[in-house]
Amino acid sequence: MTVDVSKYGENRMQYVTHKKKQVNWTKRILVTVMLLYLSLFLLVPLVFIFTKAFEQGAAVYFAAITERDALSAVKLTLLVAIITVPLNTIFGVAAAWCITKFQFRGKQLLLSLIELPFAVSPVIAGLVFVLFFSPRGVLGPLLTDWGIKVIFSVPGIIIATMFVTLPFVARELIPVMQAQGSAEEEAAISLGANGWQMFFRVTLPTIKWGLLYGMILCNARAIGEFGAVSVVSGRIRGMTNTMPLHVEILYNEYQFSAAFAFASLMSLLAFLTLIVKSWIEWRTEKEQQV
Amino acid sequence: MKKKHKKRNILPGFGLSMGITTLYISLFILIPLSMVFIESSKLGWSEFWQVVTNERMMHAYKISFATSFAAALLNGIFGFIIAWVLVRYRFPGKRLIDGLIDLPFALPTAVAGIALTTLYAQDGWLGQYFMAIGIKISFTPLGIMIALMFIGLPFVVRMVQPVLENLEREVEEAASSLGATKQQTFLKVIFPEVLPALLAGFSLAFARGLGEYGSVVFIAGNMPMKTEIAPLMIMTKLEQFDYAGATAIAVVMLLVSFICLIFINLLQKWSRKHELQDE
Repeated sequence: MTVDVSKYGENRMQYVTHKKKQVNWTKRILVTVMLLYLSLFLLVPLVFIFTKAFEQGAAVYFAAITERDALSAVKLTLLVAIITVPLNTIFGVAAAWCITKFQFRGKQLLLSLIELPFAVSPVIAGLVFVLFFSPRGVLGPLLTDWGIKVIFSVPGIIIATMFVTLPFVARELIPVMQAQGSAEEEAAISLGANGWQMFFRVTLPTIKWGLLYGMILCNARAIGEFGAVSVVSGRIRGMTNTMPLHVEILYNEYQFSAAFAFASLMSLLAFLTLIVKSWIEWRTEKEQQV
Repeated sequence: MKKKHKKRNILPGFGLSMGITTLYISLFILIPLSMVFIESSKLGWSEFWQVVTNERMMHAYKISFATSFAAALLNGIFGFIIAWVLVRYRFPGKRLIDGLIDLPFALPTAVAGIALTTLYAQDGWLGQYFMAIGIKISFTPLGIMIALMFIGLPFVVRMVQPVLENLEREVEEAASSLGATKQQTFLKVIFPEVLPALLAGFSLAFARGLGEYGSVVFIAGNMPMKTEIAPLMIMTKLEQFDYAGATAIAVVMLLVSFICLIFINLLQKWSRKHELQDE
């Protein structure tokens, strides 16, 4: 580092170099603390999952992830994600639109209600739907008459997942749309665009990254949700078993290699989520710089 | 006044978006959650009180509170350090580490649960070293704390990080040129600025810890009066088809989360006020 001596004088330069040395020490200690903490909690567990998954060789690994029950768990989880993510995207866009573009009473309350699923234990989320739909619940007798089964069946899993993932898209979109303001939309409308034209040509292009961000977070949670789903699913193999529940079953049956093989599959999905997320952050940063 | 009214109405879709929002919130949040209060009212007051305060339950609350509090506290300290390092220092691999922080949000809790349990078990990769100095982690409250530390890690970092980023360097330079030492600058200039966000992150991690089930259920071992957490008690009652009992516990936990939520909202308001004053 070069210091302009003429500007600072002898004393000042000493002070600067002295300070620089100290900063380096704190930096070194703090970076080490961070790396230790993150290794202990993030890195080692990750490496461990993959090591354990391949412990008994690739053949066991592939057998574990292509077994019939495993495949049906993958299918069910994908089905749940395919239904909940678009439904929650519609909700997220609608909620963000009315909250950021209009003034009305009770807005703060509405915001708190949207965030509520984050504060509620997933087990309670499952419980409320059991109280509602189980044969002994409020709608139970009616549903039994109609021959519809919700609890211990796929609809229950979807509904519980909807509850848990409801806030994700709205939460990401609200700050984005707030920062955007509504001048551009107002211009579009006064120039004669109709509502949908305005939305698809003006609003959507400006919120697309925030929207995608919310959707992948929603997707990750929909795939990984355990507590709420385990309450309503009943864990019927090959029928109401999602991927996380399948991991639990394998683990509890002491099939550790198979459990970790399946877990590694889900870790790859998590990685993919993180990569897309970082990519979106990088894109928005770049767009902001331009 | 008239102009404001006109401006408010120029954008379309208020009815539609408000309709969709209220429909979803009623169907998926309000009506289901109100069920908890209706169902628990079926129990008489004394019966309700007995369910939520019996000895096994009291142990479960104690474990849940103590482990969530300890985990949130440790995450508060280390989360602050991590946020500080990520904002202030340049070092190789920074972007990668920054991306990795969110892993607990992306990784399914059950996967985290089985990985941590096996890792910190007596003969596990990490557990054996702790065992050598006489500390047992898996299947003890300490294990529960470890799982909750994993789950809560991103909350504090992601709350504190933007505040540190927006902190103006000039303020610190002013403090040091006025003769403040580094410690003084940190304690009197930086820390008060970050405190609301730090507390909000702490409360979020704490609230999440209280309700967490997936990662804890594996590492806890679930021994009655020792390592049972409150959400597990709901699960146990449900498996015995004791819906009223499960609901009573849910009511207690919901009230605690509402209190946390109100607290977090107040903190965020305080934090925003801080920002406004600066401008």
